[in-house]
This record gives sequence, structure tokens and C-alpha cells, in this order.
Amino acid sequence: MGYTPDLMELIKKVDKTRPARVERKKAGIEFQALTLDERRDRLEKYHPDFRPDALRELRVGPSKGYALAQEFADAFESRSRVDPDSIHLEEVHYETDVLVIGGGGAGTAAALIAQELGAKVIIATKLRHGDANTMMAEGGMQAATKGWKDSPYYHYLDVMGGGHFENDPELVKTMVTEAPKAIGWLEQLGCMFNKRPDGKLFTLHGAGTCRKRMHYAGDMTGAEIMRTLRDETRNRIKDIGVLEFSPAVELLMDDNGMCSGAVLYNLETEEYFLVKAKAVVMATGGSGRLHVQKFMTTNHYGATGDGLVMGYRLGVGVRFLHATQYHPTGAVFPEQAEGLLITEKVRGAGANLVNIDGEQFVFEREPRDIESASIIRECTKVGKGVPVPGQPGKFGVWLDSPMIDLLEGEGTVEREFPAKYILFKRYEIDISKVPMLIYPTLHYQNGGLAYESDGSTVVPGFYAAGEVGGGVHGANRLMGNSLLDITVFGRLAGESAGKFARERGDVGKLSVDHVRKYHKELEEAGIDTDRVSPMVLPDYGNPEVRKRQWTTTYVGTLR
Amino acid sequence: MSTAEQAELRGAEAASVEGAGRTDLVPIFIMGKRYNVPSTLTIQKAFEFAGYQLIRGCGCRGGICGACATVYRMPGSAKIHVGLACQTIVKPNMYLAMVPFFPANRAVYDLEELKPDAQTLLKYYPELAKCMGCNTCTKSCPMDIPVMEYISAALRGEIEKAADLSFPCVMCGICASRCPAELGQYNIGIMTRRITGRHVKPRAEHLQDMIQRIESGRYEEPLKKLMTADMETLRKLYVEREMEPHTADEMWEPEIKQFL
Repeated sequence: MGYTPDLMELIKKVDKTRPARVERKKAGIEFQALTLDERRDRLEKYHPDFRPDALRELRVGPSKGYALAQEFADAFESRSRVDPDSIHLEEVHYETDVLVIGGGGAGTAAALIAQELGAKVIIATKLRHGDANTMMAEGGMQAATKGWKDSPYYHYLDVMGGGHFENDPELVKTMVTEAPKAIGWLEQLGCMFNKRPDGKLFTLHGAGTCRKRMHYAGDMTGAEIMRTLRDETRNRIKDIGVLEFSPAVELLMDDNGMCSGAVLYNLETEEYFLVKAKAVVMATGGSGRLHVQKFMTTNHYGATGDGLVMGYRLGVGVRFLHATQYHPTGAVFPEQAEGLLITEKVRGAGANLVNIDGEQFVFEREPRDIESASIIRECTKVGKGVPVPGQPGKFGVWLDSPMIDLLEGEGTVEREFPAKYILFKRYEIDISKVPMLIYPTLHYQNGGLAYESDGSTVVPGFYAAGEVGGGVHGANRLMGNSLLDITVFGRLAGESAGKFARERGDVGKLSVDHVRKYHKELEEAGIDTDRVSPMVLPDYGNPEVRKRQWTTTYVGTLR
Repeated sequence: MSTAEQAELRGAEAASVEGAGRTDLVPIFIMGKRYNVPSTLTIQKAFEFAGYQLIRGCGCRGGICGACATVYRMPGSAKIHVGLACQTIVKPNMYLAMVPFFPANRAVYDLEELKPDAQTLLKYYPELAKCMGCNTCTKSCPMDIPVMEYISAALRGEIEKAADLSFPCVMCGICASRCPAELGQYNIGIMTRRITGRHVKPRAEHLQDMIQRIESGRYEEPLKKLMTADMETLRKLYVEREMEPHTADEMWEPEIKQFL
């Protein structure tokens, strides 16, 4: 293992330019940062969102005319996975007060709070409970908890600036004022945040913060939050049932126009079944596995944007989906680490980005979108990308991590980036001695379903929480605000859904007429397609094998 | 027949369909059945190359969720190896099986009532006392966690130590699958962590102070002003906000305290 001989040869060019680059850095001389005008130009020319064919206007549904990524448009302009006429509405398999769709951080938080309000809850989730992007979040969770230097006022300003001032003010206000309470709730549940001996929480800066307010649990904050919430759910087994490997594929309405449950699909037995519920919380998370513009992703296997599709068919519009977050530094080698996030902290510590000739081509602390656009430019227009072994046509650039030890002293890389150091060590690559090969990677769905600060949507009984929703982050989310988003809005949606279920009378006659109506709209728009959505699982199968599956029928990506 | 012999025997079938025309393929045995796969793939991608669509045994694909625990042996050796399928590269002639689920005892408890001592753990997990110190759990942990050490610490009532040692656990369940004393180590581990977080570590007082400040309504007016400010004002406030220096001391205070 380790780098191929070809790459080792190329690394010599990086080694050669390194001493001079380190010297410049030590002397305080940085690579020229782009001006605001140059930034705009670079984004418009090279950021994937600005490619001429990147976006396409939706021809159907509540956000008709809104332009978003082709992959999202394809998902929306698709037929239901299940023919509405074949759904047996009289055959209800489960009845509950609150149905939560998605077993990640937002869904699990919603379930716990709804249960505390006396609701019986079912969590339906595609894979295992906790298989979600929440589990993969490393960095931390923002909250203004230190009154001597910070407040929700400053957190608000940071969030708005990060989102290009386009964020929904009401949602932002809710998120920043609820943030300390969310941390307190997790502390109460036994989350092991890093603390000083006196109980004071450790906090760090993130990109775009004016105060150090990133709380963390080692370098696996999301995993710590997720496993704690999941563990607590298991203590409430009498009231919270979990249906694993049972993704929802369509929502149910009743004849009073209220959301009333969902159609679930058992991935193992391939049967559909119905859950009738008095309120539904949609918390299916993001969509990295749609591979917008064929980008690799840092996201979880199940992140296929299912909730967007279901909510949209129900009549809930989408916003900020035109802006996709690409993280500049995803690993491209070795192949098994592909898409893996290399934290921003590496550049913060001084590592340059350099091309195939060992030349620096961008200041390493530009904002995420500028940095990504510059890497793409170097690999396309400039043509100085490093070919990725075994993947013809794919390129990357070097993230020169060995600089960090030269700048800060031997052992810094190992101490500051233990998880990445060990991971690459497993592949026989010592990142304190040789650079990492990286390329921008699909990281976050900035937008999603439109919802209010209590989680409600335009459809009574239907709530949204977490990455599936859009508005709070505007066009660009800041580091540390996604774990906050899922906790705050998960709790609020759970509270609203719990109350709604308590006050709602009996569910009326179940219906999937909204799906029929949507199909009709597709036909009227002249969209004649055999595409189906939600996708449920991405297709990473071997096309050669598929050719020999003579008797197999695929519906979308599933057989 | 030994696995070495089996591998040799099956090696004779080298020219299988999926290998046609490729020289970069190596044989692996998925649950005993031979597939030829590219030598650079992870076990997870090798499953997919072989034609599986993974439902069980696939999660984050990044080594943190614990969905894809895998056990394998090499021909001619009795040793059981472990790894996460998404992180482990195939080895020629490996015999492997994923363990996507393993049943382990999990107690139902009320965190508020738990105490940070060994009696509490033994009440909910009496099997803890059966640990015979064989160290198989440690040897079988794909995250290189000293599992037996944290179990011993738990048994001695050193709850915080057990919590710290078990912190990187991805709860894949391999330890439980190999334990002759039938412990569900990872469930005991998370109990020690939650007890530590809730009952051992001091609470963050500044957090409660801030929650009270917010509830007192002191930020309502300033926030309302921001929410209704025109774009120019908002941009100006953003650009001019005072930055806490990277190297600042924890107790650093800004000059403008009006909005704290």
C-alpha cells in the first residue's frame, strides 16, 4: 500500500518547493488572497453551482420555476416508487401518535421530546437507527454559552454573514437563542463534551465565527451525540418503537387535508406497509449520495434526499436547494478513503495547497466555496492537477501537511489530527511526512423543505427538522451549525408534533390523492419518464453483473 | 480439508466469468464463495463489485458508524482477523463474513437514578462479574480500543476511566461476538460514558447562566433590531464585529459589552 511509485516521484516536486514555502510562511508572507471582485469571478467561472448546465428549472410542484441542480430536478420530476392504485389504504399495519421518518440526530431528538409530551412514537429509518450524517460530524456544535464574551446576538451575525445574509431571520433567531438550551439538554443526557475540571466547556473558533463557541467531544462530536440520543431512545422502548431497514417512500393524507402517516418499504422482505399517525416529522437528512455533478461525497450511504421528494409531492416548497456545499478538501487517494473529509483545521495550521509542479496556486484560508473553485480551476483550465492512480480523467491537488511539523514542531500533525493520522497510517501513508491528495467533495445540502421555526410546514400535521429543511443556513452553512440545527429543530419539531397529535381528533379516511395529482401534473408538463423517486439507496453495483441478472427487474436503483 | 487446500483447489477455477480479460483481480471468499475482485478495493467495495447491493453492513462508509464489522481468516492460519469492511483492503484468498448485527444484552435504565459505582453497573449488567480476563475483546476490536481494560476499570468502579477508554467505540459488536463470558461490552461502555457525562463531570455553570439570560429576554430587543435591519446596516455590523483572537485566553473579554 502507500502511494504508487508514480505519485512518490511527483511528491519529490512538492518536497523541493517546501523549504521555500515554509520560510515564506515563517516570515509572515502569505500567498495573495483574492479581492472581492476576483472572488466573484472565480466562483462564477469555476464553482460547480455556476456551471451553465448546473441548474434547471422545475416544471412541476409547489416550487415550479425554481432552478436547482439537475440531480434534484430529476428526483422531483419522477414518478412515485409505488403505484398509488396498488396501495391498500384500508390495511393499516401500525398506528401511532407521532411518526418520525429518519433515525438520525434530528429525528431522534424529535422522538424523545414528543414522547415526553405523552406521545406514542414510531421512528421509521432506512438503515440502522443512528446511521446518519449526524454520526459522521466531527468538528463540533456552535452555541453562545459564555456570557462574558459571547451572546446569541453575535452568533446571529455570524450565521447571517456565512449564509450571504439570505438566511431566514426568524429561523436564525430561533436557532441561536435555543442553542445553549440544546447543549444543556445533551449535557443532561450524559453527552461527554470536552470540559475543564471546573465544568467549563471547551470552545474553539470555526471558520466565520467571531467568538470561540464550537463545543466538541473529541474529534467525534456527532457520533457522541448520536449514540447518546439513540441510547436514551432505547430506555424509552415502551413508548418509542424503532422500525429499522424500513424507509418511508410516500406520505399519507386524510380527507381533512392533514398529514396522517406514511407508506414504508421493508428493504429486506420487499413489502410495503402503512403507518397511520396523527403527526409526522420528516427528518431524513441530506442528499450527498445523489452525487450532484458526479462529485464524490462525505455523506452517509443513505443520504439520498428521500424526504425532499416526499414532502414536495405533498405540497411543501423547497428553498436554497440551488446552493450546494462542496468541502474543498476531500481525500481522493487511496481509493478506500475517497470523499473522506480532511478538516479545515489542516489548512488553518498552515498547510499549503500545491499543484503537480509543487506550486502554490491559492491562499489556503479562502472561504470554502472560493477554495473549491480554485482547486477545480487548477485541475481543469490550468491543467496542473495530479492524476489520480487507477481513475483515468480524475485529478487532485496536494494538501501539504508536512509543512505543519516544520512550522509548529515535530509531532504536531500526530497530536492535532490523531484520527486522520492513524487512518492514513493504516494505508501506510504518513501525513506528517508526505502530502495528501485531495479534491472538493459534496458535503452539505444547504437548502430543503420550507418550514417555520416550530418545525411546521404548509401541510397541517407535517413537520420538518434538520438537513431536510432549508432556510436557516441561507446559501452557505458554517461549520458547527449542523449539529446545532438538528438538535434545536429536532426538539422543536418533536414538541410541535407531540402537541398537534394530542389535540388532533381521529385521523380521517386515508388518501394518496396527492400522489395521483402529482403524477397528473407530470403528465401535463409533458414529463414522460420511467424515473422513480425517492432513490432510497444509491447504485454502486457492478454493471457487468447487472447485465447477467437476466430475470431481475429494477425499480430505480433497487431490485 | 484445510482452508489452504480449499483455496488451492478453487484457485484452479481462476478463469471465471468476472475475471475475463483482467489481470488486476484477486480471489476472495465471501462467506466461503469465491469472487475475483480488484486488489485495491476495500472489502465493502469488493462486495459491490461482486454484485451485492448492500442493505445490511453498510453505513457511513467512513469508519465511524460500526455497521460493517467483518471477520476473516487467511488460509493456513487459525487466526481470526477483524476489520471494518469500509476501511479494510481485500487480501488474496481471504475468507470473510460480515457481522452486521450481533445480539447483546442491553439494560433499560433511568439515567437520573444511576450512580457512578460498580454496584450500579453490576445491577444492570451482572454478567460483568463473569469477565475472565482473556483479552479476546481487546484483540478483536477494529478500533484498537483496550476493551478488557475498560471492562476491568468498570468492575473496579472507575467509571470515568472506563468512559475515557471506551470513548472511540463505534459499537460494531465484534467484542460481544467473541466474548466467552457473554458480555455486551459496548453497551456497558456507553453506560459508563453517560454516567460520566451526567453524574461525574461537573455541570457547566456558564451554560445555565446563559440560558437564564436568554429566558430573561435581554437579547430580544437587540435581536429584533438585527432581524429588521436593512442589508447595509447588517453588513456593516458583520464586518465590524470584534474578533476574539485565536490565541486569546479563555476569559478574554471584548471591548463592546452592550450586546452580551
